[in-house]
Amino acid sequence: MASTKDIVAAYRDKDGGIIEAYHAIQREFNYLPREAVTEAARVFGISEAQAYGVATFYSYLSVESRGRYIIRMCESAPCHIAGADEVIKALESQLGIKVGETTADGKFTLELTECVGQCQATPVVTVNSEPIFDVTPQQIPEILARFK
Amino acid sequence: MANEMRVLLEHADQIDPTKVDEYIKLGGYQGLAKARKMGPKDLIQEVRESGLRGRGGAGFNAGMKWSFVPQAAPVKYVVCNLDEGEPGTYKDRIICEKNAQALLEGMAICGVAIGSKQGYIYCRGEYPSVVDLLKKAITSAKANGILEDFDIEVRMGAGAYVCGEETALIESIEGHRGEPRFKPPFPGVEGLWQAPTVVNNVETFACLPYILTKGAKWFAGIGAAKYPGTKVVTLTGDVVNRTWFEVPTDMTLREVIFDLGGGVRGGKKFKAVQVGGTSGAFIPEHQLDNPIDFDSMGAIGAALGSGAFLVLDETRDIVDVVARIAKFFEHESCGKCNPCREGTYRCREIMDRLNSGRGSENDMDNLSVLSRVMQKAALCGLGQAAPIPIDSTLRHFRNEYMRKVL
Repeated sequence: MASTKDIVAAYRDKDGGIIEAYHAIQREFNYLPREAVTEAARVFGISEAQAYGVATFYSYLSVESRGRYIIRMCESAPCHIAGADEVIKALESQLGIKVGETTADGKFTLELTECVGQCQATPVVTVNSEPIFDVTPQQIPEILARFK
Repeated sequence: MANEMRVLLEHADQIDPTKVDEYIKLGGYQGLAKARKMGPKDLIQEVRESGLRGRGGAGFNAGMKWSFVPQAAPVKYVVCNLDEGEPGTYKDRIICEKNAQALLEGMAICGVAIGSKQGYIYCRGEYPSVVDLLKKAITSAKANGILEDFDIEVRMGAGAYVCGEETALIESIEGHRGEPRFKPPFPGVEGLWQAPTVVNNVETFACLPYILTKGAKWFAGIGAAKYPGTKVVTLTGDVVNRTWFEVPTDMTLREVIFDLGGGVRGGKKFKAVQVGGTSGAFIPEHQLDNPIDFDSMGAIGAALGSGAFLVLDETRDIVDVVARIAKFFEHESCGKCNPCREGTYRCREIMDRLNSGRGSENDMDNLSVLSRVMQKAALCGLGQAAPIPIDSTLRHFRNEYMRKVL
């Protein structure tokens, strides 16, 4: 696994590249470890507070540790009327966690998201940004079993 | 029976959008060649005469926007807004997935018009597959040499609806929090890294190759006279055909929903349609014969916006849907300006109260006042549009609210 230092260094010469660097770190770690934010601040010549401010502004970036698979349930209006609330309940009960939490084995993190732009087949769940369409509460056990 | 009219999406699924050769075989990049021959002045005039207006939501004449860029500035940028965060909208994704090269050609045409050598595509973080697709498409076009010295870089957002606002988008490309700037100065004069910048939507750019090859007159003759061309729309909710269509802009709401969309699902009756995404107005049945173009929608207090259509059948609880939307805006408000930060919080709080049956008529009156304040005083389009779903449903579906306060 590449170090956060090496990953950030690859974006050093890109103007405004801190968000791209954060994406690259998250592709490795699924979140932004404290030292990654500190390193980004140093490399891009901004204060640690500013680097932290960027890291916490965007909902796809997280400074809290997350699981291997990030499950996002869309709760925007088209998914809401298609039954998103019932799917969230099924996800919470199957995973034994609440929205915002990570399973004890570090496998799944459950988040809510706003529209993911796949509204042709609502409700939509994404796992590590891969969309799953027309999800029903009954399908949740089978969907979760796909991720080892 | 109204029919689709495909221009941008004529060859959908017939070509590989990443491969420049397949696009060229269909006549692609001839618009760019023509633009280079015309030179900036005539090119901008041609685009102005086509009547092309921004497809992102503000509906500003594209050629006019370009004409504000000072030609003498040493560095200028072309920025494509692919941050389509309006819930129910996915038309820019479809345009990229079906015809990405037209977007690249359109950006290069804009580059010729304003004298820019560098373009950026800001793609929302929810679309990593589109980022990959665009990078391949750019590599293919660059390898061919057809873009000459015009470069395009893709940057990925990270889940912030407000970054669809052009100055917030610019802030995000610069690596900052995506908070909108005060205007003026407008990006055309001082945008990305303080340089003059044109920000246009994917769909706007993708129209340009066709305007150049077929002529401004041809484009101006399609659809509504004051908002000509086609519009890619996406249908969601309680409609039979939940999919996308490309339609001339003089089509009516009813034609889109019933002729193309197949009407309401399950044999139920129509209650409302929200057009333009989650920031749009809710429209009742008696206004369905209104055309979808920008000005006709404005005339009924609505907006075409992104072209998303959320159809609700007779069984839907309008107050519940609007309460959900109020939570969306509270979450997506960036917090920079008070009317939006505080206003979206209060909208959500009052809507929750009404939705749970604990509200009063006084709450409804307060929402109307709050809505007026936000529409006038919020810094950017997010805060100005946030109360529109509330305001429009208080106007057209007041009985639904009353049912919950009695």
